Amino acid sequence: MNSLFQLIARHRVLTSTIFLAIFPFVMPYEALAINILIFGLFAMGFNLLFGYMGLLSFGHAAFLGIGSYLTGIGIVHYGLPWGIAILAGVIGAAIGGLIMGFLAIRTRGIYFSMVTLALGQIVYYIFYKAESLTGGENGLRGVRVDPFNILGIPVDFLNPVVKYYIILFFVVIAIWLISRILNSPLGAVMEAIRENEKRAAACGFDVAKTKLLVFILSAGICGLAGSLRALHLSIVPIDSLHYLQSGQAVMMSILGGMGTFFGPFVGAAVMLYLEDVVTTFTKHWMAVVGLVFMFFVLFFPKGIWGTILSKLQINQDSK
Amino acid sequence: MTGLTFELLCMQLLTGIALGSIYALLALGLCLIFGMLNVVNFAHGAFFMVGAFIGVYFLGVTGNFWFSLLLTPLLTGCLGLLTERFLVRPLYGRGLDYPLLLTFGLSYVLIEVMRITFGIEGLPSITPDGLGGSINVGIGYFPKYRLFLIAATALIILGVWFLIQKTRYGLIIKAGAADQEIVKVLGVDIAKVWLLVFGLGCAIAGLSGILASPTRSVNPEMGVPILAESFVVTVVGGMGSPVGAVVAGLLVGVVYSMTSLFFPDLAELSIFVLMAVVLLIRPQGLFGKAGAMG
Repeated sequence: MNSLFQLIARHRVLTSTIFLAIFPFVMPYEALAINILIFGLFAMGFNLLFGYMGLLSFGHAAFLGIGSYLTGIGIVHYGLPWGIAILAGVIGAAIGGLIMGFLAIRTRGIYFSMVTLALGQIVYYIFYKAESLTGGENGLRGVRVDPFNILGIPVDFLNPVVKYYIILFFVVIAIWLISRILNSPLGAVMEAIRENEKRAAACGFDVAKTKLLVFILSAGICGLAGSLRALHLSIVPIDSLHYLQSGQAVMMSILGGMGTFFGPFVGAAVMLYLEDVVTTFTKHWMAVVGLVFMFFVLFFPKGIWGTILSKLQINQDSK
Repeated sequence: MTGLTFELLCMQLLTGIALGSIYALLALGLCLIFGMLNVVNFAHGAFFMVGAFIGVYFLGVTGNFWFSLLLTPLLTGCLGLLTERFLVRPLYGRGLDYPLLLTFGLSYVLIEVMRITFGIEGLPSITPDGLGGSINVGIGYFPKYRLFLIAATALIILGVWFLIQKTRYGLIIKAGAADQEIVKVLGVDIAKVWLLVFGLGCAIAGLSGILASPTRSVNPEMGVPILAESFVVTVVGGMGSPVGAVVAGLLVGVVYSMTSLFFPDLAELSIFVLMAVVLLIRPQGLFGKAGAMG
């Protein structure tokens, strides 16, 4: 058992790819699997900042939303090919991250959370007010992916299984990138900052620059999740920018295990599956999710994956 | 812009102060809890919302606004006591993030409980008898209720100031915020003080909910934007400074109402821009101590 987990930890990109490749067959239906894929990526991007560097942002819905809206606007209003539209979403979110990060890293701790939440609200209002581009309250409709060919084989994006694997392709690239970041010297500096910011600064690391860089990377990854979500739903609801969406990233990371590689994915899967099950008998799923979340904060702060790892005494710092 | 007169400006200023009163009260509650317990109550907006629901419900049942005004802070205060005792207390010493996350989860639950109890539509807001209509304030007619709002807020703030500055309890609260170890050594049951301060903060949040209810729609989501706005106030004023909370609350209200006079489309954004400017110039906020948070 123990060695199995160690094997998973050592080849984390490979194991997650294999797992995600068979994932749609263990889920009740593909749309749920796609949702978990997208929100898992969103939570992973968020966890880069929160779990690995200790900065608790409550404004990450902004990046999910910017990614979704820019991709959607690119396709609907400017007729961009979907690949370019995804790129626009990711770059836009990263630029958003640069601006928000620049302001937010001037503060620390709880202050940081409050500032990111408030800045996230700005993004919400901007997109809400730009009704001619974003559709305002009704959301942006008609984000279609035209039929295309890969190596001469026609691809039907509307087929859920095909859609799952196309989205998986992008998610795996992002997972590989996150893994590379964490294994790089940058990853080590991030964890040093999380453990003791002053000491990291005394060691000669540029703390502010690292924070900003990770903020931008995290925003870009969340932006990719947003772009993929726009393609998946073929609409961009204004809810994408809501602060409860930021909260979802936080809750998924905590449920799964913050600061662990697979934790956010586990959290996203559990939470969305729970939501799916609960909504079949009551529409008040938020209460259930809220209670489960509070239970974990109180009794299992390491989350599901983090608790498993620490029970098995695996050095969970995700290496 | 035609029709812009001195009177209009003054009226808008007064409107801004009325709006700012609610912000000041909320930020004051946040500030009390943070200053003492080092906890940012992410459910503060939810307590505000619960206060509005309880207040409007009892106002509808009894028709007595004053009764409702008394009962609401008592009930939300009790809810606050329960929250501190059973949910926040086990998390002391586990870092700043956990109480924040817990109260965030609690806000989810409170929103849903209100949806289940009162429906997603919410309740129609009621202006209490005798406070409807407008009154001539010398430069024009101003809604009576908003004047009452300003007066009530001033009274509550004075009350809190009196409690902190002039009473024995206030002395303990201030000492506890400065150095809890010494206060413990002196034989004060600090856990009880924390409990009461948390309850007081939540009571003030609930009270601002009922006070604000005639001026805005009462629905389960009403606490969400106001939480973000109270954070703006807290950031502008400086974390943990009661004076900062009050001054910044009024400032944010006035900035909002002035912007909505000149650039109606930018009103919601204006206060966030204010926050961004303050962060760039004084990251610790207008009344915050340098280094305390920055």
